Amino acid sequence: MAILPGAGLLKGMKVTLKTLFTRPVTVNYPKVKEIPVPRARGVIALDQDACTVCMLCARSCPDWCIYIEGHKEEKQPDKPGGRVRVRATLDRFDIDYALCMYCGICVEVCPFDALFWTPEYEYSEGAMGDLMHDMDRLQDWLATVPEPPAVES
Amino acid sequence: MVIDHDQVRHLSEVAVSVELETPEMTLNIGPQHPSTHGVLRLVATVDGERVFDVKPVIGYMHRGYEKLAEVRTYPQITALINRIDWVSGYANEIPFIVAAERLMEIEVPERAQYIRLILTEMARIASHLVFNASYPLELGAATPLFFALRERERVLDLIEGVTGGRFHPNFNRIGGVKPNAGGGPTQRKVSQDLPKGFFEETRAAMERVLSVCDELEDLVAGNEIILARTKGIGVLPVEVGAAYGVSGPNLRASGVPFDLRRIESYLPYDRFDFDVVTAQNGDCWDRWWVRLEEIRQAARIVIQAIDGIPSGPLQAKVPRVIKVPQGEVYVRAENPKGEMGYHLISEGGQGPYRLKIRSASYSNISILPHILEGVLVPDIIAIMGSLDFVLGDVDR
Amino acid sequence: MTLLENFWVLVALKALVIAAVVPLTALVLGYAELKISAHMQSRIGPYFAGGRWGWAQLIADGLKFFQKEDIIPDRADKAVFKMAPALVLMSTVALFVVIPFSPSLRVRDLDLGIFYVLAISSVSTIGVLMAGWSSGNKYSLMGGLRAAGQLIAYELPLVLAVVGAVIQAGTMSLNGIVEAQAAWGIPFVIPQFLGFVIFLIAVLAELTRIPFDMPIAESELVMGYVTEYSGFRFLFFFLAEYANMFAMSAIAATVFLGGYWAPGLSDAQLQYLGPIILVAKVFLLVFLFIWFRWTFPRLREDQLQSFAWKWLVPLSVLNIIATGIFKVVF
Ligand code: SF4
Ligand code: SF4
Repeated sequence: MAILPGAGLLKGMKVTLKTLFTRPVTVNYPKVKEIPVPRARGVIALDQDACTVCMLCARSCPDWCIYIEGHKEEKQPDKPGGRVRVRATLDRFDIDYALCMYCGICVEVCPFDALFWTPEYEYSEGAMGDLMHDMDRLQDWLATVPEPPAVES
Repeated sequence: MVIDHDQVRHLSEVAVSVELETPEMTLNIGPQHPSTHGVLRLVATVDGERVFDVKPVIGYMHRGYEKLAEVRTYPQITALINRIDWVSGYANEIPFIVAAERLMEIEVPERAQYIRLILTEMARIASHLVFNASYPLELGAATPLFFALRERERVLDLIEGVTGGRFHPNFNRIGGVKPNAGGGPTQRKVSQDLPKGFFEETRAAMERVLSVCDELEDLVAGNEIILARTKGIGVLPVEVGAAYGVSGPNLRASGVPFDLRRIESYLPYDRFDFDVVTAQNGDCWDRWWVRLEEIRQAARIVIQAIDGIPSGPLQAKVPRVIKVPQGEVYVRAENPKGEMGYHLISEGGQGPYRLKIRSASYSNISILPHILEGVLVPDIIAIMGSLDFVLGDVDR
Repeated sequence: MTLLENFWVLVALKALVIAAVVPLTALVLGYAELKISAHMQSRIGPYFAGGRWGWAQLIADGLKFFQKEDIIPDRADKAVFKMAPALVLMSTVALFVVIPFSPSLRVRDLDLGIFYVLAISSVSTIGVLMAGWSSGNKYSLMGGLRAAGQLIAYELPLVLAVVGAVIQAGTMSLNGIVEAQAAWGIPFVIPQFLGFVIFLIAVLAELTRIPFDMPIAESELVMGYVTEYSGFRFLFFFLAEYANMFAMSAIAATVFLGGYWAPGLSDAQLQYLGPIILVAKVFLLVFLFIWFRWTFPRLREDQLQSFAWKWLVPLSVLNIIATGIFKVVF
């Protein structure tokens, strides 16, 4: 406890004065950027080629903010005599980021590894409707997916 | 002259009633007010600065989690419930997951239990740092806030490094923790185990946390003004606290060593050496001090846990589609704010039949009318702040 | 030259200079507060406005206030509500009139200089009370009343604290006090240390700065008496706050720290170095105020009252008695 009246006040003043002469910890955002950790859930990237339109992600999303439409496409065999394959193709794959709560369930349930998290975060918009990312925009995010970090065993 | 004694008495009475009469005023604090932590509303009847009566009005942030849970599957609920008390998001998930696991009779692997424990204690540190820092702000000192947030950022970074989320980790899965998730365009799903370097970074962060505790103590604890504002203010008697269901640091500040980490077995706390911090007076100051000590204890637990963490799988064997067998269970846990419990009733489906959430803040602020009676207006803020509630936790 | 000798031209010129100096000091001090507080909290603070170190931050803020709508609440007492900020700023401007920046650089040297200062500085509280009363808001009202209570409690120690210095100087003119210190060769802060401390505490209360900012008290009263103000009326309060801080620090520097005088300088040198010396001393005090503000929490109104009446008033009376005995004996 303080012996002198005001000794506690002086001790506090010492702390603030010390901080005054240490380096600030904040950075000036648009000029300097902090790099988020690789696992950070920034935005979801979609690999259109891998997606099989199984709808699992749309069904497990807790607030149902993934909108998927697709159709079946017949793929002619490469050489004559081969089997005709049926492949599901995406017509629409939208994620409404105004609604998404970044839980990551869609990424986790996707059985074909078509969805990935990327730590990018700079996609704010002036209008709420613009937060609806269509499949091309989601595909563009794919380039930003980082290498997963090594793990402790 | 003959003195009419009756009249003399009468005159004196007149003099008394002529004394300046001030009408009572209803002061509406909130729902939008700088220090109601969101949208709590207090209807206070005041006479000048003296408070006669306070009525808390809650419900401005009701999001209906109990109802939402009834129409969602178990994995989806995990994502929702870490939004109840967002200051310690991770800790909210634990009791719910443990409740589901108890009904399914799943044995959680050791490593997963340790990871849960480490992250829970980190959430406790983050939550208490916010409290210990923002409390001086309510008394007018802005600087401690920044000091503590500076270190909390490191703790949150660590949580984010493991789980991918700073506030809403959504990292627990029935049977353990999130085992794997999408890796990258060239990879299949990858393990979500602790990232490399986590242990060293944690050790460093805990050291920083301990040093900021010392700094806070220098800045706040010796400060005569803070002491004058908090000592003996808002005393919570044990009986009243217990009657209202107050729990956590608020009750411990009144001298009751009630800590669910010691009583319940939802996480392997019995293997760790830590103190249950209590104080004697139950005033605002003690509540602040108990939380500061708890940060130190939590850092101690984290260090012990990263020293002793076993290796092994992250998740027990669970079916692909999770169905919880019929039954009923109540699991409670020591959250940073106090006792948090989930009463889960399952009819055997993919989601609960009913989920009752017992949140700490709700019970903790129910004592407001009791302890705010007769205080001064500035003390409303001092006492309210010292209870450390989060409106999301009150209204759910 | 003849133009400058015309009384009215001179008055207009002096008014113009003060009108420029008041916002300027407010800008500089406001910026200092932003920057110093930021660094005390491990932040960088303003950075972009103006290109370098955010020096233009407050100018930009000021322009922003001008663009904003001037909202007058429906239930406000309109005339009083509009007048209050002007009154507050006016009393601040009036303070600048007597501050001696150098042996000759001042607007007016009043015989009762220090008395004038103490009288004028309390006028701003009337403006605050008006603002609180007229806003039609309970928080504003409580803020205004707290300010009034604070004024009554702190005006007395403020006056009593300078009495010691006045006794020692034998004059009430601010210029005279500086000259007395120059003649003595030491600033009054050394013999009058107790008076200086009491004066500083009382000035803090007068300026409603932490630890005595109860009339504003963001966490309790939202913004106290300025809650309902917006746009340039808010700017008035803002300017007044910082200009007032400058003025009161200047008074404190003049009375206790020797004002424009520094040891070892001749009268001629003081003529042009004086303003710099005074401003340096003012900045020292302002830094102290900023430092307090970002370290301390605020007291409660009743604690402040008992502090003033139980400690400051008796101590300052004691100080006067001691000074009087000292003066008579030596
Ligand atoms: S992150 Fe969650 S909320 Fe967002 S789209 Fe995926 S499943 Fe839906
Ligand atoms: S779960 Fe994967 S594969 Fe299925 S629709 Fe969603 S993104 Fe496509």
